[in-house]
Amino acid sequence: MNYEFQFDAVFAAWPLLLRGTWITIQLSALAMIFGLCVAILCAWAKTAGPAPLRWLVNAYVELIRNTPFLVQLFFIFFALPAIGLRLSAPTAALIAMTVNLGAYATEIIRAGIESIPKGQIEAGLALSLKRHEIFRFVILKPALRAIFPALASQFILLMLSSSVVSVISADDLTSVAATLQSQTFRSFEIYIVITVIYLALALAFSAVFRLTYQRTFDYPDRR
Amino acid sequence: MRSFGSPDLWFILAAARWTIALSLVAFVGGSIVGLLVALGRTSTIAALRVLATGFIRIFQGTPLLLQLFLVFFGAPILGFDVDPWIAAGVALTLNSGAFLGEIWRGCIQAIPRGQWEAAEALSLSYVSRMRDVILPQAMKIAVAPTVGYLVQIVKGTSLAAIIGFTEITRAGQIINNATFQPLLVFSVVAAIYFALCWPLSLLAARLERRRAAAYAR
Repeated sequence: MNYEFQFDAVFAAWPLLLRGTWITIQLSALAMIFGLCVAILCAWAKTAGPAPLRWLVNAYVELIRNTPFLVQLFFIFFALPAIGLRLSAPTAALIAMTVNLGAYATEIIRAGIESIPKGQIEAGLALSLKRHEIFRFVILKPALRAIFPALASQFILLMLSSSVVSVISADDLTSVAATLQSQTFRSFEIYIVITVIYLALALAFSAVFRLTYQRTFDYPDRR
Repeated sequence: MRSFGSPDLWFILAAARWTIALSLVAFVGGSIVGLLVALGRTSTIAALRVLATGFIRIFQGTPLLLQLFLVFFGAPILGFDVDPWIAAGVALTLNSGAFLGEIWRGCIQAIPRGQWEAAEALSLSYVSRMRDVILPQAMKIAVAPTVGYLVQIVKGTSLAAIIGFTEITRAGQIINNATFQPLLVFSVVAAIYFALCWPLSLLAARLERRRAAAYAR
């Protein structure tokens, strides 16, 4: 092996890398927020909704979980314009990520809701709380605690799989590689640097989530 | 431009065998790597534990797409001439190895301590202890999550399209470029993946339920 590694040109482009990293974080965070909203609605529909709605949510969850993210992205970016819905690359990326996360998070949240003992809900009813109050205070908060670790790792998976949106040039961290490659021709070095940035992001976010969990949810539970 | 016809449908369907082949390579290779990783993680030798943990951290903490790129663009630098097929096989093998290794570690550690101690009391060697006592029991627990992970492998193979390996997704892109009927083409592509993955998901859920029922008894 007599290849000379040249990282200078890659490091010289640090403002581009920084911008790409920031966009990846933004995309992931927004997709997480919107995806969770979708998931909470879907989880509610699945546990308490009428049968046709339950069936629809099931179809959505199964469809998303059993097809690759790349195909979902292509569908949204290439197929939706054919029916008159034209989206910019970052918007399409955000929608694809939201739709994808929503399906996975629905299952996580449903499992969280089912982890709440029935007696707790009955206690809420006995206190004459309204249905939406029971959902919010008696089900959602303890359920959130039960599912926080699963959601945290789902967020990291989402951030890592967001590198796929670079195929439609959504300006994210991996997209920067394509730009840099045409300028510096050091593709291997670029991919090494970008991979290390992703690894650092993943480790940093999992540390933050661990801390958050310890701070907010680490109360003793009585069983 | 021509319109989407049955030859196009056949072209995409025929590409499914490459998705299946790549999935099998990744699963078989990933199983070998995964077993080594799981044994390393549960080893009594600290160096092996650190090595296996580092391997898992790196492959679970970086995007599969970039692992694919690094193998594809890095192999020529090390002097290997790889085509997308081999690069995808290697990257997916390493990636599945990390995930399967972590799943199986959990299964190995779920075996009650008494089993380990009993095996040791019988002065079984490490190989015999693992092969005859621990792994057969761990395998029973591992079946459901492993089948579930197969779905992730099949979906992961779609990324090979990005480095130019003609499996289902790439076949869809090629047909879309010729017919420009993205709605139809990508619906077909999604339907084929769904047909491959859904039965596996259902099987995994069923196995999981059966296991949970066995435990509840």
